[in-house]
Amino acid sequence: MTDTHLPPAETARARSRLAMAWDSDVGWSFRRSPVAMISAFVTIALILAAVLAPLFAPHDPFNPATLNLMNGFTAPGTPNAFTGDSFLLGTDDQGRDVFSTILYGMRISLFVGFSAVAFAMVLGISLGLLAGYVGGWTETIIMRIADVQLTFPAILVAMLIFGVAKGITPIEYRDEVAIWVLIIAIGLSDWVQFARVVRGATLVEKHKEYVQAARLIGRSPLAIMLRHILPNVLSPVLVIATISLALAIIAEATLSFLGVGAPPTTPSLGTLISIGQGFLFSGEWWILFFPACTLLILALAVNLLGDWLRDALNPRLR
Amino acid sequence: MFDTTNAKKLVEVRGLKMYFPIRTGLLRKHTGDVKAVDDVSFDIFEGETLGLVGESGCGKSTCGRAILRLYEPTEGSIKIDGVEIAQTDFNSLRKMRPTMQMVFQDPQASLNPRMTLAGIIGEPLSEHSKMTSDERLARIYELMDAVGLNRDFANRYPHEFSGGQRQRIGIARALALNPKFIVCDEPIAALDVSIQAQVVNLLEDLQEKFGLTYLFISHDLSMVRHIADRVAVMYLGKVAELAPRDEIYADPLHPYTKALLSAVPEPDPVAHDTANRTILQGDVPSPANPPQGCNFCTRCPVVMDICKQIEPQFQEVRPGRFVACHLYENTTKTAEKVA
Repeated sequence: MTDTHLPPAETARARSRLAMAWDSDVGWSFRRSPVAMISAFVTIALILAAVLAPLFAPHDPFNPATLNLMNGFTAPGTPNAFTGDSFLLGTDDQGRDVFSTILYGMRISLFVGFSAVAFAMVLGISLGLLAGYVGGWTETIIMRIADVQLTFPAILVAMLIFGVAKGITPIEYRDEVAIWVLIIAIGLSDWVQFARVVRGATLVEKHKEYVQAARLIGRSPLAIMLRHILPNVLSPVLVIATISLALAIIAEATLSFLGVGAPPTTPSLGTLISIGQGFLFSGEWWILFFPACTLLILALAVNLLGDWLRDALNPRLR
Repeated sequence: MFDTTNAKKLVEVRGLKMYFPIRTGLLRKHTGDVKAVDDVSFDIFEGETLGLVGESGCGKSTCGRAILRLYEPTEGSIKIDGVEIAQTDFNSLRKMRPTMQMVFQDPQASLNPRMTLAGIIGEPLSEHSKMTSDERLARIYELMDAVGLNRDFANRYPHEFSGGQRQRIGIARALALNPKFIVCDEPIAALDVSIQAQVVNLLEDLQEKFGLTYLFISHDLSMVRHIADRVAVMYLGKVAELAPRDEIYADPLHPYTKALLSAVPEPDPVAHDTANRTILQGDVPSPANPPQGCNFCTRCPVVMDICKQIEPQFQEVRPGRFVACHLYENTTKTAEKVA
C-alpha cells in the first residue's frame, strides 16, 4: 500500500489551485482551443473595461454638468463644427461621448447580467435540490410551476414582473429601483433551467452510495444536500450559468430597448441602442452602431465561452 | 467455531417487512407492493459474523439496509444493542448511528468524489464528536493505519485510488465512530479476486481487534463459508434457512439451500463432472406477486400439496437450526392447520 515514487502530500498541497486548474483536463482543452482563448480574452477585456470605466472613459456621461449640448451629433473621429472637440466614436443627441456611454452602459449591462444569473442560480439550485432530494409533493409542485413558467417566453415573464413592480413603486423611486427590478425580473424568468438541471442531477446523485453513507452517519438532509450533492451537481450548472449570462445580457438589452429597463439617464447598452435607433435614418449611424457592436461582441464572446465549457466538461466528448 | 450458547444478542430482527409501493396511473394510485423483505426474523450475536446469502434480487441488500434504517421498514421490530430503532424519529436514530455502520458494495460510488480522504473519514467524527481539528487528524491517521492506508494519502481524492484502497477508505469511515455492528453489503463483489482476499482478511482482523459484529451480505458462497459463523439463506424476501456455517454446508435442510450449495463451482474437474447437481427449473417469481403458500413451491423439486396452500413457519427444527419448510414441520401440527 505504500507509495514511494509519488511526491509526498506536502508538495502536492504546495501547488497552487491555479496551477492545478491549468494542468487539469479542462485547462488542457482550453489551451488547445483558440476560440475559447480568444473569447475568454475578449470577455475579460470587456469586463475589465466596464469595471474600470472611470479610468478609461474620457467623459462621465452620467454627469449632466460635463455635457455640452453644442457637441451633439458629432461624427466619429471628426472635430465638432462649433466647439472643435473631437470624439473617438462620436456623440449622441445630447452631446454625450458614445465611447464613454458604452463603457458605462456595459457596466450596467454586466452588473444586471451577473446579478440576474446569480439570483436565478441561487433560486434554481435551491429549488432543484429540494425537488430532487425530497421528492413527493414538494417535487411535483416545484416542477409543475417550472413547467408552467416555461410555456411563457422568458421576456414576457420579465416584462410582466417589471410591469407589476413598476405599478407598485412610487413614481419618485422608479428610476432608482429600475435596475433591481430588472435583475429580479430576469432572474425569475431564468431559474427554471437551473432547477431542472439540478433536479435531474440530484436524482442521479441521491441514489449513490456516498449519500447513503452520509445518511448512515446521521447527517441532516440539509447537510447532505449542501455538502454532498451540491458539489457533485455543479459542473452542468457552471455551463448553464455561462450561457445564461449571455442570455441575461441580451434580455436586459431587449427590455431596455423596449423602454422597460434601465432609464435613459443611466443608460445600459440596450437603452443606448434604443436611443440610437431613432437617429439611424437621419444619418447619425454611430449612435446605434457602436453600442450594438459592443453588445454583439460581448454576448458572442460569453456564449462561445459557454459552448466551449459545455464541451470541455462533457466526458463523452473528451 | 462461534459459540452461541452464552453470547449476548446484539441485533434482534422480528417480523421485518420492507414493501415498496407500486403506483400506477396519473393519480399515482397504490396498486400493489414489491415485497422485497417479507417477514424476516433473526438474531445476530455479539462478535459473530452472520452471512446472508441468496441470489440477485432476493432482498438481502434491502434487508441489510432496512436494518440500519436506510429505508423506512413497513413493519417489524429491529433492536440493536437493546434499543428499538424500527420506528424511532431522526434525532434518536442519529444518537444510535455510531453503533451501527455499513461497508458498501461499490467502492467507487460510496465515496464522495469531491471530498478528500481525510474529509471522508473525518466526516463521522465531526458529526458526532467535539474533537479539535488536531485530535481529529490524529484519529484519521489512526484509522488509516488500522486499515492499511499510507498517511500521506490523507489529502487525495477518491479517484486517485484503486478499488481495494477505496474499499479500505470505506471501511475506515465505517470504523471511525467505534461501531459495534457493521453491515457489509457485498463488500468484495466489485473487487478483483486477488484484492477480495486482502479485504476479507482485513475485515476479519478488524473484527478480532475491535470486537465487531458483522452482517455479511454476499452471493459468493465460498467467501461466506470462509468468513461467516452462521449463515442465513434468503429466497424471494424470506429467510429459508438459518444455521451454523459447518452444519449448513455439510447438511443443508431446505431444498433451496441444497440447490444453491450444489451450484457452487467445484475446482476439481473430476468432482465437477460427477457432481450431483440440483438444477432448478423456471425463474424466480416476481416479488410483487409471490406465489401462495411457500414462496419456493413453484421451483421446489420435492414440492407437496400443502406447500401450495400454507406458508411454512420459520422455526427451530434442531438446536440452532432454523428452517422454513413443510418437510421439517411437525406432521400433526401441519395436519391441524390443514383441517
